[in-house]
Amino acid sequence: MRVTRVLPMGRRALLLEVGGTERAQALHAELVRLRETGELPPVEEIVPAAATVLLDGLEDPGSLTEWLRDREFPDTAPAGAAAVVLPVRYDGPDLAGVAALWGVDEEEAVAIHTRTEFRVAFCGFAPGFGYLTGLPEELGVPRRTVPRTSVPPGSVGLAGAYTGVYPRTSPGGWQLIGRTDAVLWDVSREPAALLAPGARVRFEAVP
Amino acid sequence: MSGAGVLEVLRPGALTTVQDLGRVGRAHLGVPRSGALDSPAHRLANRLVGNSPGAATLETTLTGCAVRPDRAVVAAVTGAPCPVRIDGRPAPWGAAVRVPGGAVLEVGAARAGVRSYLAVAGGVDVEPVLGSRSTDLLSGLGPAPLSEGARLPVGPAPGPVPWADAVASAAPGPPSDELVLPLVPGPREDWFAPTALRALARGVYRVSAESNRVGLRTEGPALERSVRGELPSEGMVAGAVQVPPGGEPIVFLADHPTTGGYPVVGVVPREALAAAAQAVPGLKVRFVPLRR
Repeated sequence: MRVTRVLPMGRRALLLEVGGTERAQALHAELVRLRETGELPPVEEIVPAAATVLLDGLEDPGSLTEWLRDREFPDTAPAGAAAVVLPVRYDGPDLAGVAALWGVDEEEAVAIHTRTEFRVAFCGFAPGFGYLTGLPEELGVPRRTVPRTSVPPGSVGLAGAYTGVYPRTSPGGWQLIGRTDAVLWDVSREPAALLAPGARVRFEAVP
Repeated sequence: MSGAGVLEVLRPGALTTVQDLGRVGRAHLGVPRSGALDSPAHRLANRLVGNSPGAATLETTLTGCAVRPDRAVVAAVTGAPCPVRIDGRPAPWGAAVRVPGGAVLEVGAARAGVRSYLAVAGGVDVEPVLGSRSTDLLSGLGPAPLSEGARLPVGPAPGPVPWADAVASAAPGPPSDELVLPLVPGPREDWFAPTALRALARGVYRVSAESNRVGLRTEGPALERSVRGELPSEGMVAGAVQVPPGGEPIVFLADHPTTGGYPVVGVVPREALAAAAQAVPGLKVRFVPLRR
């Protein structure tokens, strides 16, 4: 694949458009690899998002534009390490509502969620909060109209077709379907985030 | 004057945080850059006391702070101009001063601007988190904002202080009658009406009291969008001017979220962000679009 558009973002950054989440994941993985092999000039941040990758902290973004435009990038991200398995108690306050939106019972909603292979597309909102893709678009759910003022850490939520796990107590508008005891964010750990972009993730129902 | 010591916080002020040059290289994990908002002033304070630019200083907000070192230290206050007192006696601002052990070092309220920087030789030596001592108010990383009675470790002084009569300052000082923000057209300029950049340049904006370390909020004419709907989240940079549905532009500062879903109409170059950090609420803001 090619980068569809290279958009300058100020004088030190480039926003690369690729037109989709999977392609953004693939581009991110490849850019990280190119930085490791020294083929990419020094850059402070490589930030994947829903359909773009941001390169920030470039000395001379202009000189990189053509190289990025002309280069052929892999279509998919490498499989990478084994999937992170998160044990979840599926007893969230919005589970029934999500099941109703999906037109199934709660048991089937849990089955759908646990048999899906997820991947961390990008992080944001809070350190260690990953936006996990894997659910089909038609299972997308709206955010809650009134966000909760306090969501406990480990809460597993849905918004759109994304799944996310709250790393710490925070306000939040995602539909909560369960809770995990896994520690999502620990600054004394390297890497601090359990779910970094590119990581594969599976959820496992536990009583 | 070498050896580690402690600063006791006697008066934390409205908001005083520990700041260095921030956390680099973890934006992909959702970790904001953080760091001193007025980076030139932070660097100058460190230089005056003989620290490296990456040593941690204290960043005050409007009302200053007061600390008491347990042993003699060399200190300097830069950024927003303010009265500096040592045990009640006036001391120079913007210069290295010797503070005896047990004396009270008072950083007074800003006479202009918002944020003053207090550096002590050896730097504020709190435990770094992910490579930085900065307080990140968006995500809560780093030390908590100063509170009365808190005790901050100070590192060993790096060596003799470079006594200088004057140091040429790269810091432009706080903006007085208006804040001028150059603006490079942004990646989502096409999400706005063709006249939006001109409207932004002509409109009269003022610094909102809601501004903080995350962003400089402005009040003024709303920018008209040409594309409705939601922009998928994308990576953000410091200086990015985001326009939420209300239409009033926000200039992202050091504690900005790493990804965001509002279109970026333009980006204020890094060099101009120190002035934005010193803009008091109510100050007039003028955006000056540049060529890409």
